[in-house]
Amino acid sequence: MTAPLVEARDLVVAYGRRNRLFGAPFPGVAVLHGVNVAIGRGETVGIVGESGSGKSTLGRALLRLVDAAGGRILFDGEDITRKGEDEIRPLRRRMQMIFQDPMSSLNPRQTIRRILAGPVLLHGLEVGPAAADRRVAAMVERVGLPQAVLDRHPHELSGGQRQRVGIARAAILKPDFVLADEIVSGLDVSTQAQVLRLIADLSAEMGLAMAFISHDLSVVRAICHRVYVLNGGRIVEEGDCEAVFAAPRDPYTRALLDAIPLPEIDPGWLQRGTGDEAA
Amino acid sequence: MADAGLDAAGARAAPRRRSRTGAALLAEPKVLVGGGFILLLVLVALFAPWIAPKDPLEQDLMLGTLPPVGFAGTEPGYLLGTDDLGRDVLSRIVFGARVALTVAFVAASLAALIGTVLGLAAGWFGGRVDAAISRLVEIWMAFPPVLLSILLVAILGAGLHSVIAAIVIIDWTRFCRVVRAETMAQARMDYVTAARTVGFPGFTILTREVLPNVAPVLLALVSLEMGIAVIVEAILSFVGLSVSSDTPTWGGMIAQGRQIVHHGWWVLAFPLLVLTLTVLAFNMLGDGLRRALDPVMRR
Amino acid sequence: MSGQILSVESLSAVSLREGGQAILRDVSLSLAPGEVLGLVGESGAGKSTIAKAVLGILPSGIRITEGRIRFEGRDMLAMPRAEVRSILGSEITLIPQDPLSALNPGRRIGPQITDGLRLRRGLSRSEARARALALLSEVHIRDPERVLGAFPHQLSGGMRQRVLIAAAFSMEPKLVIADEPTTALDVTVQKQILRLIRAMQETHGTAVVFVTHDLGVVAQICDRVTLLYAGRVIESGHTADMLQRPAHPYTRALIASSPRYDRPDVGLAPVPESVFEGLRAEIAAFDRERRA
Repeated sequence: MTAPLVEARDLVVAYGRRNRLFGAPFPGVAVLHGVNVAIGRGETVGIVGESGSGKSTLGRALLRLVDAAGGRILFDGEDITRKGEDEIRPLRRRMQMIFQDPMSSLNPRQTIRRILAGPVLLHGLEVGPAAADRRVAAMVERVGLPQAVLDRHPHELSGGQRQRVGIARAAILKPDFVLADEIVSGLDVSTQAQVLRLIADLSAEMGLAMAFISHDLSVVRAICHRVYVLNGGRIVEEGDCEAVFAAPRDPYTRALLDAIPLPEIDPGWLQRGTGDEAA
Repeated sequence: MADAGLDAAGARAAPRRRSRTGAALLAEPKVLVGGGFILLLVLVALFAPWIAPKDPLEQDLMLGTLPPVGFAGTEPGYLLGTDDLGRDVLSRIVFGARVALTVAFVAASLAALIGTVLGLAAGWFGGRVDAAISRLVEIWMAFPPVLLSILLVAILGAGLHSVIAAIVIIDWTRFCRVVRAETMAQARMDYVTAARTVGFPGFTILTREVLPNVAPVLLALVSLEMGIAVIVEAILSFVGLSVSSDTPTWGGMIAQGRQIVHHGWWVLAFPLLVLTLTVLAFNMLGDGLRRALDPVMRR
Repeated sequence: MSGQILSVESLSAVSLREGGQAILRDVSLSLAPGEVLGLVGESGAGKSTIAKAVLGILPSGIRITEGRIRFEGRDMLAMPRAEVRSILGSEITLIPQDPLSALNPGRRIGPQITDGLRLRRGLSRSEARARALALLSEVHIRDPERVLGAFPHQLSGGMRQRVLIAAAFSMEPKLVIADEPTTALDVTVQKQILRLIRAMQETHGTAVVFVTHDLGVVAQICDRVTLLYAGRVIESGHTADMLQRPAHPYTRALIASSPRYDRPDVGLAPVPESVFEGLRAEIAAFDRERRA
C-alpha cells in the first residue's frame, strides 16, 4: 500500500493544560493515550466511539486544530505536530472539515455565496468575484442545491440544505483530506441517506482521503472501508469494516455492535448483553 | 436530485424572511419611532439657527417669565414662553439639542471604541490578555463614578470636553464587558473553527466573521449609551459642571427652571419633557435594533 | 373503543403562527392497557405534538381544531382544567427527551422524586424517601442513597435518565409517555434504558407511548407502531407486521434506507423522490378535502 496521506503516531492529547503565573503548568486531563491511525488517499476511514471516547479530539488533532501533548502527526509525509499556525496555514487548503451542526458552522450573517466564495478567493483559486461566483455556482449545483440558495442566509435553509452547504464549503477547495465530524448525526433517515450518498460520490470523484467520525456504527458500515474503534482515548480495534463488523475481536466492539437495535424483530435482543449501570 | 426546500417529513424550511438588514430594520416599529425622533432631533440641532425663532442668548428683561402660548399674558413669537431673563424657551431648547446630541454621539462613540477594542482583545485572545483586561475593568469599575466626574471637571475645567471625557472614562467598561462576553460566545462557534480550517488568518477571522456577529449587541448598546450620555450631561449641567451657563443646555434650563418653578413652571417642564423623550427615543431605538438584528440572524 | 387506555380520535391541529399551517391531520390511534405503542416519524411529522397534546402541554402557538383525546374513555379536551391537572403527573406521566434540562439543576435528586409522592400521594417524608430509594434500586442504581443526595450535574446522562424513569413510574401511572428518551444517550446506555423501560412497564402493567424516529428502537420495544408524515398517519399496526410486510411505500422506503451494520449496501439508498411525491399528493388531497 502506498504511504498514507494522514497519520497519527502515538498521539497524546490533553485538555485543560494551564500555564500558571507561578510554578509549573497544570498538565491537564489526557483525552488520547497514544493513538495510531493512518488514512490513505481514496479511502474512507471510520473513527467510531461513544461520547468521551476522544474521537472528535482525534479528528481535530489530525487537522492541527488542537495541540498534541505527545506523539506525531504527519500530513503527506511532513511532520506537522509542532508547526505553528502560520506554517500550517498553507496546508489548510488541502485538509478540510465538515461539521456536525450546520447551523453553528455557517456564519449566520453571511450569505451562502459569501460563505462559499470566501475560501476560493482566499486561496486564489479564482481571481475576482465573477470567476469565484462561477465556481461557487457549479459547486452548489454539484451538491444538489438550487441556485436560489446563494443569496439566502443559513437560517433560511433547512437542516439538510445547510449540511450540503457545509459539504460544498469543504469540497470547493479541492482538498486532499476531509474530516467529517458526526455530519449525519442530527438528520432524518431520508436526509441522512442523501448526504451519505453525496459524500461517497464526491469522495470517489475527488480521490479524497476521508476520516468519518461517528457514534453510529451502522452509518459507518454504509460508507467506510476501514474502521478504528475508540474507547476511553485508546484504539481497541481496527481493520476492514467487513472483518470488524462480521467478527469483532474486542469485547467493547462486540458490546457496541450488540447494542444497536436493528429494524427487524429479534426477541432475544433486549435481554442479550451484559452490564447494567450503577451509581 | 435537488432538495426542494421541503424537509423529508414535509416540514417547510424556515420561512423566507427578508434577509437584507435594512428591510428588517425598517420593519421594526421601535426602530422607526425611536430612530425617527432622533433623526428629527438631529435635523433640529443641525439647522438650529434657522429653526429657532429667536436668539437663545438674547435677554429682554421686559419680557421676563412669559407663559407659553395659550395662557394669559403671553407674547406672540415666544411659543413656549420665556425664562426669568426674557430668553425664549423654545429657542434655547433647540440650541440645547446641539449640546445634548454632540455629547451623546461623541461620548458614546468614544466609549464604544475603547471598550470594543479591549473587549474584542480580551474575548478573542483569552489567557493572559483577558486576565489583564478583566482585572483592569474590575479595578476601574470600583471607582465611584460621580467622584470621578467631579475630579475630571476640576482638573480639566468645566466644559463639553470634560463632560465627554467623564462619560467615556466611566462607561467604556460597560462596552468592554458586553463585547468580551459576546466575542467569547461567538469564538466558540463552529463557524469560527470552520474559518480556521479554511485557512483564514486570525485577525481576518476576527474582523470578517466574529465582528459582524458582535455588531448587533454593540449597536444596541451604543444607542442605549447615547441616552445615558444625554442624562449625564443634563446632570452635570444641572450642577453647573458643564458648559458655561450662557450656552443653553437642557440640564442648565432645568436648574434655572427649578428656582422659578412656582411662577414659571414652563422653564422647567419643557426641557424636562424634551430630555425625557430623547432618552426614551434612544432606548427605544436600542431595543428595536436588538430585536431587528438579533432574531433574524440568530436561531 | 372500550377498554383502551388511550384513544386519540381524528385529532387535527394547526399552527397559529404560520398562517394556519396544519400540524396534525386527522390522527387516530389507540392503546390498550399494558401495551407499548411506538409513535414514529421523521422530524416535523407531528409525533411530539401528539405526545404534548395528550399531556396537555401544547405550546401556545398550536391549536387543536377537532378531535378527541380519550383517557380511559374520558375526553381530556372537554374536561375542566382542574380535572386534567389531577390526571397529569399522576395517572399519565412523562419520560422526557433531555434528562439534563428536565431536572432542576439547583435541587438535589431526592426532593425532585419525593415531591410528587408527597404532594399527590400524601406520603410522609420518610415514606416518600423509602419509596424513592426502592425505585432507584429498581432502576438498577447501585448506590441510591448517594444519588438521592446528589445534584443532577453530578450524574451521567444515563443515570439522570434512570432517575427520570424512576420518577415517572413512582406514581404508578396507567400511561407513560416516553418522548425520545434515548435520543441523547450513547447506544450502549440506550440499550440499558430500553431494557429498563420494558421491564418497568411489564412489572407495573403500564401502557407506554414511545415517541422515536428510530425504527430499530421501535422494532425491539414496541408492540404496535403508528407511522406519521406531515401530521398524517401513514401506516399503523403490529410491529412485526409493519416491519416484515410494510404496506405503504413510505414505510418500505424508510426501512430500506435505514443503515445497518450487518448490510453494507443499505443506507446509501435515499428514499426515492417518487415516494415523497406520492406523500405530498396524499397530503394535498387531504387538505383539499378538508377545505371543501
